[in-house]
Amino acid sequence: MAGMSSEILDAQVREIIRRALSDVAPEIDLDTIDPAKDLREQADVDSVGFLTFVIGLHRGLNIEIPDADAPKLITLNGCAEYLMDRLNRR
Amino acid sequence: MPALGADMQFGTVVSWRVKPGDVVKRGDVVVLVETEKGVVEVEIFENGVIESLVITPGQKVPVGATLAILGGDGAQSAATDTARVVSTPVKAAAIEPSRPTATTPMMEEEAVKRPVPQAPQMLEATARPRISPFARKRAAELGVELSAIAGTGEGGAVQVSDVERAAATATKITAETTSRKEKGLDPAAMRRVIAAAMARSKREIPHYYLATMIDMHRALDWLAAENAKRSVTQRILYSALLIRAVALAVRSTPELNGFCVDGAFQPAEAIHVGVAISLRQGGLINPAIHDVDKKSVDEVMASMLDLVNRARTGHLRSSELSDGTITVTNLGEQGVESVYGVIYPPQVAIVGFGTIIERPVARDGLLGARRIIEATLAADHRVSDGHRGGRFLCEVGRLLQEPEKL
Repeated sequence: MAGMSSEILDAQVREIIRRALSDVAPEIDLDTIDPAKDLREQADVDSVGFLTFVIGLHRGLNIEIPDADAPKLITLNGCAEYLMDRLNRR
Repeated sequence: MPALGADMQFGTVVSWRVKPGDVVKRGDVVVLVETEKGVVEVEIFENGVIESLVITPGQKVPVGATLAILGGDGAQSAATDTARVVSTPVKAAAIEPSRPTATTPMMEEEAVKRPVPQAPQMLEATARPRISPFARKRAAELGVELSAIAGTGEGGAVQVSDVERAAATATKITAETTSRKEKGLDPAAMRRVIAAAMARSKREIPHYYLATMIDMHRALDWLAAENAKRSVTQRILYSALLIRAVALAVRSTPELNGFCVDGAFQPAEAIHVGVAISLRQGGLINPAIHDVDKKSVDEVMASMLDLVNRARTGHLRSSELSDGTITVTNLGEQGVESVYGVIYPPQVAIVGFGTIIERPVARDGLLGARRIIEATLAADHRVSDGHRGGRFLCEVGRLLQEPEKL
């Protein structure tokens, strides 16, 4: 990812999140989600839906996401921060 | 038309996956059928050769109607109703004569839809209505079937205005059908189906209820250690352990696994666990995971993930919708402590799990914090008694203390 501006990375991460969410909650508009609050409650996603969402992030960015890190992904802010951090360290 | 669930009465053929002359074998998907629960892939349960397709796509027919003629291999070439593919108890329950009043709107819907033009070849078979050449030409332009038009002219003759009115109605119905297809299912129709099934359950099944607290500490610790070693695609949710424990426990209480038809219990040989899945558009569906007693926890988890995601996108198979022999409902994720289920007829038991809560528990004289789940059983008193039901619930709890053996 060297040389890639953070803005492009940001847009890429956001698109991956949007796609992963649409797999489990197709009718939810990402813009209506409060990024600081629990995504699962706002999008009415259960444990199977959340696991499917995390699998979507894993596939979209091709990074392994340890089970212990899953709690960091329950808000959109948390997702963006975590994924950006993982990509920057790659 | 197979009964894809206890209270299905009609189904609409969406499209055929086979054509006359095709060789089919047991388990092949032959047709897509739309029900109130969405579009379902219907599998055939016999080997043979498709002789002819009787129902054209778009037609709505009652359960039991012949969809296609299946020729046997070689000597026997009898007409085969695909309804035979459905397991007898479910089918018998579905065509039971006593109809809940909740289904009346469906009958009306059927009556309204019948005049929609479907099969052009039917035209010659029906008596020719009196119609002016101009009206006939207009009907051809608009694609309206003449037999479907009610004439208001002299002696019931069909006039141009009748043709145009019929065309407008047909367009409206087509538009409604199309918009419903896009959504995948009709929430109002699904609500009626749920109402009919649950009203029948509460009317016919004398439920008894039991509850017990199960210590999930060991199971969750084992799961956390297991998941730490796994890639995200191989991860196990605790629901898979619950489903597996239910399937193993019901082996020793077979009177909770099967169907009650006309007051007589038919134990099921296989253990297909129905999983209550809430749909995003509202309503719920309980497709089955097949042969849970013979699957590993990993296989159950993979089946559950696949089933839930397909249920929510509307690509379930007929065998999954009609085969459940016992149901598990897990409303714990909503935060409720306990769920007392309503049995899904003709099944005889439903097991409910609430949310996992850390509670103070005294063990060996010492107080400690343990993660606890409340398990409940609602079972059919015509078939089993609380004593046996209690043994079953305790066995579920015991099995969950040895998660590595599940």
